[in-house]
Amino acid sequence: MGDLISLAIRSIFVDNMIFAYFLGMCSYLAVSKKVTTAVGLGAAVIFVLAITVPLNWAINEYVLKPDALIAGVDLSFLQFIVFISVISGFVQLTEMSVEKFAPALYSALGIFLPLIAVNCSILGAALFMLGKPFGGGLGGFASATVYGLSSGIGWFIAIVLLAAIREKMKYSNVPKPLKGLGITFILVGLMSLGFLSFMGITI
Amino acid sequence: MSTQVADAKVEKVSEPLFSKKNRKLLVDPLDGNNPVTVQVLGICSALAVTVQMKPALFMALGLTFVTAFSNLFISFIRNTIPSRIRIIVQLAVVSLWVILVDQLLKAYMYDISKQLSVFVGLIITNCIVMGRLEAFAMANKPWPSLLDGLGNGFGYGIILLAVAFFRELLGSGSLYGYKIIGADSLTGLPYQGNGLMMLPAGACIIVGLLIWAQRARNGYAEDH
Repeated sequence: MGDLISLAIRSIFVDNMIFAYFLGMCSYLAVSKKVTTAVGLGAAVIFVLAITVPLNWAINEYVLKPDALIAGVDLSFLQFIVFISVISGFVQLTEMSVEKFAPALYSALGIFLPLIAVNCSILGAALFMLGKPFGGGLGGFASATVYGLSSGIGWFIAIVLLAAIREKMKYSNVPKPLKGLGITFILVGLMSLGFLSFMGITI
Repeated sequence: MSTQVADAKVEKVSEPLFSKKNRKLLVDPLDGNNPVTVQVLGICSALAVTVQMKPALFMALGLTFVTAFSNLFISFIRNTIPSRIRIIVQLAVVSLWVILVDQLLKAYMYDISKQLSVFVGLIITNCIVMGRLEAFAMANKPWPSLLDGLGNGFGYGIILLAVAFFRELLGSGSLYGYKIIGADSLTGLPYQGNGLMMLPAGACIIVGLLIWAQRARNGYAEDH
């Protein structure tokens, strides 16, 4: 249990998807103009990560790993294509259910819901998971779930924070060519410096 | 659907391989319509692999290869893809090319492949690739699509190399692995590496300043 909590804290604050690895930056920069839409997209990312990471973990563990399916067969070169198919299939499903049950959220997110499939943080989490010593069996499954969920929470925190700052930026006197994208990058850089202070925390 | 038919009719007139329109496809993304600084695509890897110039160069080459050939391939089969499942078809095509690049890097350039780590795999979800497939290859003939892919790959590469140039020079005083300034270097000038440039934060700030410089030159500004 202690391991899981420590893993969660690490992936939310220290190995933050945005501030440490820059994953999912495209939608992060494009949808962070208003806090309400940022919350919607952040929630969608948490949901998709929390489901697809353990799903991909199980597929990797029981099908793709060397000797997993048939002794002597190594299918790990298929990892990319299998992971991305799982993710895009799942996102398609989520998109259809959001369209049906929350039309307001659907129209607010617009094009970015289908683009979660190509949000690097989703595939990135699946690929980072491969390098983590989660082990097999139920413990590994629990670790993968916690990892996916807390990576999503880290992404959520990052996008909501940036959206809040950008809403206030309207009242600041920024040099004209720096407005919009330029100043946003510098903001992200400064926020990333702030998150560095979490480094070295061990629980 | 109707626009595709119209396009096909217009392009019936045969044009030279490097007509003005085709050259524009290749040159435009280098500056005026740059994928990273103007279209805001493919940011993740532009920030993450630019600590040194060598991995940045190979990343740019890999992405150019994948964008160009996915564009070409999707353009060949564009009229047979059902539009409801096009994203999945596109992802499948892109990941085939990425697997090829990844296996090649692993086989022949293992250190580079280690340095790039997950970012080779993440070319699949690089927005430049998907963005060009959606916006260009689905509606255009193979040859312009190939050029468009190459152009956008090069545009991405220029930004990657520019960011890596500043980060490597200011961060560790070297370029492409050769020590340029600092103790026991070629010039012998005194220099203390700036740790900020090695951190993720340094990349963000460099990209922000690059965008500032480019927009000040082109006279382009956003509303807020």
